[in-house]
Amino acid sequence: MTAARRTEALTPYAFLLPAMLVTLAVILLPVAQTVWMSLHDFVLFRPRNVPFVGLGNFVKIAQDETFWISLGNSVWWIGLVVSGQFLLGLVAALLLNQSFWWRGLARALIIIPWTLPSVIIGLVWTWMFDFNIGVINDLMLRLGLIAKPVAWLASPGTAFYAVVLALIWQGFPFFAVTILAGLQTIPDEQYEAAEIDGATRWQRLRFVVLPAIADVIVTALLLRTIWVANSLDVILVMTGGGPGLETHTLPLYAFLKAYAGMQFGYAGALALVLTFILLGVVIAYVRRQARELAR
Amino acid sequence: MIDRRSLPRRMLEVELPVLAIVIFALGPYVWMVLTSLKSNADIAAFPVRYLPSEVTLQHYRMLFEKTSFGGNLVNSLIVASGAVALGLSVSLPAAYAFSRFRFFGRTLLMTQFLVINMFPIVLIIIPLFVLMRQIGLLDTFLGIILGHSTFAIPFSVWMLTSYLNAIPRDLDEAATIDGASRMQTLTKVLLPVVMPGIVTTAIYIFVTSWNEYLFAMMLSGQNVRTVTVALQLFIGEFTVLWGLLTAGGTLIALPVTLLFLLIQRRLVGGLTAGAVKS
Repeated sequence: MTAARRTEALTPYAFLLPAMLVTLAVILLPVAQTVWMSLHDFVLFRPRNVPFVGLGNFVKIAQDETFWISLGNSVWWIGLVVSGQFLLGLVAALLLNQSFWWRGLARALIIIPWTLPSVIIGLVWTWMFDFNIGVINDLMLRLGLIAKPVAWLASPGTAFYAVVLALIWQGFPFFAVTILAGLQTIPDEQYEAAEIDGATRWQRLRFVVLPAIADVIVTALLLRTIWVANSLDVILVMTGGGPGLETHTLPLYAFLKAYAGMQFGYAGALALVLTFILLGVVIAYVRRQARELAR
Repeated sequence: MIDRRSLPRRMLEVELPVLAIVIFALGPYVWMVLTSLKSNADIAAFPVRYLPSEVTLQHYRMLFEKTSFGGNLVNSLIVASGAVALGLSVSLPAAYAFSRFRFFGRTLLMTQFLVINMFPIVLIIIPLFVLMRQIGLLDTFLGIILGHSTFAIPFSVWMLTSYLNAIPRDLDEAATIDGASRMQTLTKVLLPVVMPGIVTTAIYIFVTSWNEYLFAMMLSGQNVRTVTVALQLFIGEFTVLWGLLTAGGTLIALPVTLLFLLIQRRLVGGLTAGAVKS
């Protein structure tokens, strides 16, 4: 190989180098560090005494009741939030695909919850769920839905669902815009053909629309599942995991173990367990996206 | 699609439900802004007084006079700008390589950028705290900016690659025939054409970094506290001062909302391009 051709062959790697170096330092190295920590009894305020415990942390996790409760909550959490976001987003997208004069405005406005930082989502919903002067208690009292004010975020039966509602509110616009983009790729002729064939509106939805956007929906569901499974900041702001363990999810538990408990080894092991549980979903998503790479 | 429904029916079946969804989407936001403009007496009233009896800016004044919020805003601005600068400067060359070269390991490396974007935050944030503590980057701007690059870089690489892919290669070839080097082709020929994509990516990074809470909280202390972290601390500190808290929330949310509405069409196009391929 001549010098010029060797330079040409190395060019793409040179362009990639800066991004690779930063990624290596801030992502791959930390992940390796997590693996190392998970095998040690690493407590932050005891930096000189870090005994190797092998898989001890993972054995402890298997016997940790809080872990199993958090895992159960996580499953519920993902199921309720993702399906709630999806259904509301689907309805919104189908409606926003109809024509009416303020459609453009409506499409822009419903994106707004999605733009807000988690701290503000937590703040706003905590304020609305307030026991003494919150607007939700007020509205429900006026409508006669409750007889006396409810401490939504402090009661075991309601705290979890209150946080779920906040997350559905924040995430449904993502489904709405993604599905809407999918709907816009369906040519008008298909609707017209179905109509000529005498299909009812429900049949058109079932046999024309849904098959056409099935791909978009699956990709969006996978992406959202990963995201919701990993998210912990809104819960942290609204309830901090309480009351009791009511709103503990797996990532939140790992975070609290590190942040409040300083048990970085155990927290690292919990984070790895979460990663492995999610691996299947991540692989499914990446494989779909990888089709793009082939181009 | 031609809508053959009558006007009243369309209003009932389409416009009213849309209105309900828009109210659900905007309600909490509007409620935050309204609360921030009310007097403390109005806020404390129960049954709730929905409209302020007088509009006041007292909470905003208190926010800037009595708290560190002004400084926190500046910190957030620095961090978000830094995240944009770092993210774009390393991602653009990488995206150029992915878009214009076919080389050994391309698919693997691109997949890597996709996969690391899916990692749980807790998997990265816990060791990153330990690492930054060891090298003295805790509570510095660089520390938080590097923390934010964990999501900024993978995302920008993907987004910019798809923008570059949309530009025909003929353009590069014409430049090469005219004697331009690779670097010149990228900076003088491609950059101007892909500028709208770069701006969209930059705004997205800015907004995500501005909104980010966990990294900023974990990696900052007194010195470089950002607005989201400050607001969260206020929630603990001034529990019942909802006027002050919602004023802070409004100031954080407003610029972001405006930026988002500005780019929403293009952004949605960019984000959904992968999912919606005709």
